[in-house]
Amino acid sequence: MDIHEHQSKDILAGFGMPVPRGGIAFTPEQAAFRCRELGGGPCVVKAQVHSGGRGEAGGVKVCRSEAEVREAAQRLLGTTLVTKQTGAGGRQIHRLWIEEVSDIARELYLGFVLDRTSERIMIVASAHGGMEIEDLAEDDPESLVRMVIDPAVGLAEYQARELAFKLGLGGTQTAQMVTALRACYRAYRDLDATMVEINPLVVTGDGRLVALDAKMSFDTNALFRRPEVAALRDPGQEDPRESAARDNGLSYVGLDGDIGCIINGAGLAMATMDMIELAGGAPANFLDIGGGASPERVCTAFRTVLSDPKVSVILVNIFAGINRCDWIAEGVVQAFREVGVRVPVIVRLAGTNVEAGRRIIETSGLPIHSADTLASAADAAVRARPQTAAA
Amino acid sequence: MAILITEKTRVVVQGLSGRIGQFHAKEMIEAGTNVVAGVTPGKGGTTVLGRPVFDTVREAVEATGADASLLFVPPPAAADAMMEAADAGIRTAVCVTDGIPAQDMMRVKRFLRRYPRERKMRLIGPNCAGIISPGLGFMGIMPPHIYLPGRVGIVGRSGTLGYEAASQMAALGIGVSSSIGIGGDPINGSSFRDILELFEADPDTDAVMMIGEIGGPQEAAAAAYVRDHMTKPVAAYVAGLSAPKGRQMGHAGAIISAFGESAQEKVEMLSAAGITVAPNPSAMGETVAGILGRKAAA
Repeated sequence: MDIHEHQSKDILAGFGMPVPRGGIAFTPEQAAFRCRELGGGPCVVKAQVHSGGRGEAGGVKVCRSEAEVREAAQRLLGTTLVTKQTGAGGRQIHRLWIEEVSDIARELYLGFVLDRTSERIMIVASAHGGMEIEDLAEDDPESLVRMVIDPAVGLAEYQARELAFKLGLGGTQTAQMVTALRACYRAYRDLDATMVEINPLVVTGDGRLVALDAKMSFDTNALFRRPEVAALRDPGQEDPRESAARDNGLSYVGLDGDIGCIINGAGLAMATMDMIELAGGAPANFLDIGGGASPERVCTAFRTVLSDPKVSVILVNIFAGINRCDWIAEGVVQAFREVGVRVPVIVRLAGTNVEAGRRIIETSGLPIHSADTLASAADAAVRARPQTAAA
Repeated sequence: MAILITEKTRVVVQGLSGRIGQFHAKEMIEAGTNVVAGVTPGKGGTTVLGRPVFDTVREAVEATGADASLLFVPPPAAADAMMEAADAGIRTAVCVTDGIPAQDMMRVKRFLRRYPRERKMRLIGPNCAGIISPGLGFMGIMPPHIYLPGRVGIVGRSGTLGYEAASQMAALGIGVSSSIGIGGDPINGSSFRDILELFEADPDTDAVMMIGEIGGPQEAAAAAYVRDHMTKPVAAYVAGLSAPKGRQMGHAGAIISAFGESAQEKVEMLSAAGITVAPNPSAMGETVAGILGRKAAA
């Protein structure tokens, strides 16, 4: 689960990370008020959307006066910001963060991630801040400093010092870096984060270390014990189809193609999508209906997939272990009755109660194409697309 | 002999009293699995499916000699239950639970390292379908009837994709020695490499089908192991060729977040290590038949 920059800064400040002064605004009037609070002079207006690359996309404006802040807020609020990371759909700007201007002498990169090799929390840092970490890893991998934290001891002070020296910091900045690293590590550990990223971490003209930007993501599996984190969720930043699917116990990811997929198991879902691409088609979504799916859940899956107007055909691929093919088949028939299915449907059933499932499909009298294998199901789905979509 | 489970394995089910635990334990018993006890804190002294239920794993082990445990424990309590099993002397634990916090798994892995090699519990999962040695027994949620007993090992992250492989193989008359689901979480008990080592040492396994997916470093580690240490032929498939970068595809661990984690890169690494990679997921059976044929010809 992602949260906004201002929320991340709030959290990290609570753990001792220095951040610039600022305030949140939902209207141009509030933005102007925040500017006056900061002294009425120059300040930065930053669009709060769940994405990196906001600056390049025009979501960050440096303003000289209250009037400019008001004007920038008017222009940004309610519009959609399309960044390198959002995809063509972009993200709606509903709130702004108005911040004092920082005097930047140096920019550093600082990230905390889960390292799956050591199975520990790892710091990734670089003396070149302000760039995307992916670009840094590609252009200048040597500049990345990595350090794994032993969970039994936590972040040792010598590690933090070593990192500070590697980044070329000296004097009082070393001590400031120790504080900053500890703040990030404790926030990560204590709140079940999956990522903390400070990009850039700046050294100001007068030698202070400040988090100019901050991004945090959290482990959704741990939200049951982090209600204060769960409360920071902003549904306005999520794909409404993905949130609705999740609320219904379905795992759904929207994609760019036109073949709607309803599958059980993440691996089989990915494999079916691969098969569709190899057959010359493109999947409209990833969808895992999970285990023990009731006819109602199958029906909900149809509703979710069909809410995407791009979908021109639906492929149902089930290899039932703890699922039951007869329940799945009943769900498909129910979807025709209740959801109104106007696109071709291909169904492939295998595993538990497969004969009963196939019988339900055959005797339903509905225009459902049955397939026996993964390959024939994918082929049938690609061929069933209307000519315009196929071209 | 198969690996990790045979007809002799004495299985305790943590969470046997629950609806899900009971349902799957019944299937396991019907398939010949030697289920000896259940553990549900507070339900000690009761009986489920004719098996005694204990309050703690330690009591179950002492009373029944159980050496393996299958966990149907909800996510908030799962890590604790795994550590309890390890401390009670269980040698093989299989955790089916999906949705365990990553930092809980960090703690479990660290806890397991406290024990000397001869006492250390092998953990399979979490978020996996379980393990099966067809004809001998299984621990998990898979449909046992789709597997033909035989001499090819299967190891994979995904449960349903493992079923797909087993049924494609069965259609070609190829049977399975053991099939091990290592699960879809970013931190799991046993890696591909760990299971490949067991198959390499198993006299009843001739070849291995490995089913990987996007995300994480474990396929690369497996490729290096196969290249340097494995004598048996290995086939593979990697799911997620069409998965976009940075999006989590169902499994908590199925996300491309670093170099070498995309399906294309993994396919290249596996191929370079001498592994025969299936060109698509419906060719897993044929690919296994291919490596077996080459082995017979050699």
